Amino acid sequence: MLETIWFLLWGVLWAVYFALDGFDLGMGMLKPFLARNEFEKRVIYNAAGPFWDGNEVWLISAGGVTFAAFPLAYAAMFSGLYTALMLLLFALIVRGVSFEFRSKIDSPGWKSFWDACQVAGSFLPALLLGVAFANIFRGLPLDQNQIMQGGLLDLLNPYGLAGGVLFVLLFLVHGALWLAIKAEGDLRERAAAAAGKLWPVLAGVIVLFLAYTFVATKLFDNYFLYPALFLILVLPVGGLVMARVWLAARKFWLAWGASAVLIVGTTLFAVIGLFPAILPSSLNPAWSLTATDAGIKASSSPLTLAIMLGVALVFVPIVIGYQFWVYKTFSFPVTKEELEY
Amino acid sequence: MDALMLSRLQFAAATMFHFIFVPLTLGLSVLVAGMETAYVRTGKDIYLRMAKFWGKLFLINFVLGVVTGITLEFQFGTNWSRYSAYVGDIFGSLLAIEATAAFFLESTFIGVWVFGWKRLSPKAHAITAWLVAGAGNLSAVWILIANGFMQNPLGYTIRNGRAELTDFMAVVLNPFAWQQFAHTILGAFCLAGFFVMGLSAWHLARKSHEEFFGASLRLGAGVALAASILVAVQGHFHGNEVARIQPAKLAAMEAHWNTMANAPMYLLQIPGENGENALEALPVPSLLSLLAYNDPNAVVKGLNDFPANERPPVSITFWAFRAMVGLGTLMPLIALFAWLKRRDLGSAPWFLKLLPWTIPLPYLAMQAGWIVAEVGRQPWIVHGLMRTSDAVSPVSGGQVGFTLVVIVALYTLLGAAGFYLAGRTVKQGPDAAH
Repeated sequence: MLETIWFLLWGVLWAVYFALDGFDLGMGMLKPFLARNEFEKRVIYNAAGPFWDGNEVWLISAGGVTFAAFPLAYAAMFSGLYTALMLLLFALIVRGVSFEFRSKIDSPGWKSFWDACQVAGSFLPALLLGVAFANIFRGLPLDQNQIMQGGLLDLLNPYGLAGGVLFVLLFLVHGALWLAIKAEGDLRERAAAAAGKLWPVLAGVIVLFLAYTFVATKLFDNYFLYPALFLILVLPVGGLVMARVWLAARKFWLAWGASAVLIVGTTLFAVIGLFPAILPSSLNPAWSLTATDAGIKASSSPLTLAIMLGVALVFVPIVIGYQFWVYKTFSFPVTKEELEY
Repeated sequence: MDALMLSRLQFAAATMFHFIFVPLTLGLSVLVAGMETAYVRTGKDIYLRMAKFWGKLFLINFVLGVVTGITLEFQFGTNWSRYSAYVGDIFGSLLAIEATAAFFLESTFIGVWVFGWKRLSPKAHAITAWLVAGAGNLSAVWILIANGFMQNPLGYTIRNGRAELTDFMAVVLNPFAWQQFAHTILGAFCLAGFFVMGLSAWHLARKSHEEFFGASLRLGAGVALAASILVAVQGHFHGNEVARIQPAKLAAMEAHWNTMANAPMYLLQIPGENGENALEALPVPSLLSLLAYNDPNAVVKGLNDFPANERPPVSITFWAFRAMVGLGTLMPLIALFAWLKRRDLGSAPWFLKLLPWTIPLPYLAMQAGWIVAEVGRQPWIVHGLMRTSDAVSPVSGGQVGFTLVVIVALYTLLGAAGFYLAGRTVKQGPDAAH
């Protein structure tokens, strides 16, 4: 029971991370296409400024919970995906620093250097997280000793790359909608237009990815076993549709919220399909790392899981509470006078 | 080189670089929060300007500390997966608690602190400064409890082929961890004190912003003096704990080879690695016994009574310990002189010119201290429980070597950019734009 609760919490943590950091990664990728001058660039930086650091901690928590609740899966995943995760790390490092350092010196060369870091540091994590998770959905070549056979290039299979494209598109739309909330005037219009243009591409890729998932993975098995689970699809489908509807109605907050629901729903759809495996083995299902006894049990001891559950039940609501307050406090558009901080 | 040696180098490079920034974050965050509180209490503009100026330097330092910290959480899995699988039940949960209970708070409110100057009342803004400072120091508690488990594992049993938690409170209340916490935090305050004192002296020597930097220097000197004395006193008790729990580390710190009562300490000593020292001269009788166990007659176990494969590298541990203690003795003297002269520093211009050069001292002392703690624990990754050589991931040396090169190159670049920015910020002084 504890294992199942932690499996779901694990999925929820990743889902929340994607939904939150997704928009600032998306804006980082969109910046060179949407910002026409220094002022607009600064608007985009400031639209992410108060939030990105807090958002990224959801990644640290998702990683930390993988370590705490499923140490064997953490060990196999991080060592097995060694190079991909190191690239993700380097990208996140240069991105984080670019937020802080860029504004400090008024020289075009200095600024464009950190701009480039920001773009690369936003695109690579989006792509790599998509590639990594698609490969997890598909199953990793884990042997009986939980050691992954193969390297970075094996991850770049067509399904893995499709996952990368999906994540990049999800985050682009999510970022464009956030910018439509936080920017004013021309920049807001360009952001809204970008979201509108990207939406059909995203919708098409989602449909294709779902079909590809049906062919390339076993994610649907749980759903055919318990068809009621298909109800979860209400979230991604509803989110996708309503994001477009509310975008057209220029209700940007609602559209962004719908996009967040789309991202959360997509993640949960996959996580439920994975259950009970955290890392399915493509070589032999008995070698999959699972939350329960179905394969190689990756879970921590019941005592650790119980203590961690207590910690999560106390602190996660507190975190959500103060992060909500921060979003509310900084929900206003970034204006010219606001930038004179 | 194989994946083990490369992973050790990679982890050493990543942690040591990370720990350039961490102590300043811990100490300076509290000082900045204090400055803001002084502003709220007194309404004096100088305290607001102090909070903003030192806060700017704090932020440059903070971001480098945060991003380089993520590396470590990755490395436990990427490079030390066997370790993670073996002790994850305990160690992983401590890292997860750190993220949920402390790091979230710090990272969320740092954004509010930076962007909230206009949006929040001065009082609410000062509260965010305290939240950031408190959360940062709370992070240190959990991280050092995790490290404390590696130094002195408690509250576990070996079950299902791994270490499983049996007593959470024993892990959390690990006395070794709390000694390390006290030592680290006091060291961090000492470092922040020298940082503020040294940079203030740089301006005072140029007679710029004398009121502003005079007040800053007095604050820095007071903090540096108090912390440098406390860290030395507490360090003695920490040493007693090491002697009791990690006798091999203590023996390596002192290059003490032969078990004996009334063990002396040598004023001149050059360690060797195999059974005896290259040089031992000018013994002070019984001093080692006295310092280690507060008893001149105590028996101090020598390295020769540990199996060769359970001895830490002696020279590194010995010299790092000497560096830490030497610097730790020098710093209170410098801080004391600065504090005594704090109202009359104009009379000692040579001292104002000297003070900026003392900023590296606490940095070197802290690095040396962690070398003692971590190299001195070898060959164990978890003391007495798991060897470092059994902990490494089944990954190729090529992957590890490649990422080691990238980490060193990237960190060098970021460190240089950060140093340059901090230098510029200092030179511009408190009244620069932004």
